[in-house]
Amino acid sequence: MSDFLVLKVMAKLLIPFILLFGFYVQMHGDYGPGGGFQAGVIIAAAFILYAIVFDVRTASRVVPMAVLVSIACLGVLLYAGVGVANLIYGGRFLEYGVLAHEAAHGNHIGILIVEIGVGMAVAAVMMIIFFSFARQR
Amino acid sequence: MWLRNLLASAMVLGIYSLLMAALWVVLDAVDVAFTEAAVGAGVTTVLMLLAIALTGREEKRTRIKPWLPLAVSLTTAGLLVYATLGMPAFGIADAPAQLHVAPYYLQQGESETGVPNVVTAILASYRGFDTLGEVTVIFTAGMGVLVLLSGATRRRKRVTTPAEEDSV
Repeated sequence: MSDFLVLKVMAKLLIPFILLFGFYVQMHGDYGPGGGFQAGVIIAAAFILYAIVFDVRTASRVVPMAVLVSIACLGVLLYAGVGVANLIYGGRFLEYGVLAHEAAHGNHIGILIVEIGVGMAVAAVMMIIFFSFARQR
Repeated sequence: MWLRNLLASAMVLGIYSLLMAALWVVLDAVDVAFTEAAVGAGVTTVLMLLAIALTGREEKRTRIKPWLPLAVSLTTAGLLVYATLGMPAFGIADAPAQLHVAPYYLQQGESETGVPNVVTAILASYRGFDTLGEVTVIFTAGMGVLVLLSGATRRRKRVTTPAEEDSV
């Protein structure tokens, strides 16, 4: 896919906005529809669009497989780590209330961190699956 | 719809997912609609297209008559439709699903978690352990695909013959 000028220009214009929308969905999931899962898929979609319109090899230079695997692991560890942090603060596993002085505030913080973990894991796994398939050709 | 062209089938599946997302919006389930549109219509279609690019664009003609699978699917579908007759009416207030924990979440969710979107509050806080399991499932699926497919490339590189090159 080297000669499709219109596609390339449009993709270059769209990708920043797709990424921005992904981060908005990630951080705004507690007020509007969305959350880590949807945000992860949208962010992965931006990179997949880049890989389709430009080249899979160029895209995998932007996000190498080793980086993706680390991000996926970090996402799951971040989620489970919040649970362990709650244990250390004297609560039960994934009882976010102990993260702040007020239970509701602690819950809010816990939900935000956990959603970031979900977003990292989902985005990385979607890209891992895509690149694993696309590399076969 | 009867299609032998797998490319067209993948596109029809994507359109179907988008229609389902519209249906979820009509049913006021915007979070589900969002997921359906992003995963069902978006990423799944791309993965289907990649799989088609790796295999072939046309479905193989089978000599087996599909009567038994057809009968099984039709019977199951009929039973499921029959089972819906026993369900409470759509949107009725005293259905079991509305009386169990849902009122608690709707009334206490925002003051307990500080999160106005009750779907996020349930998924990440009240059912946080379930969501941790879901993320682990997704992670495991990604690692499984990675291990399976990276092994395949290595093997193919080792024993590629000219005949196989042509067939690829």
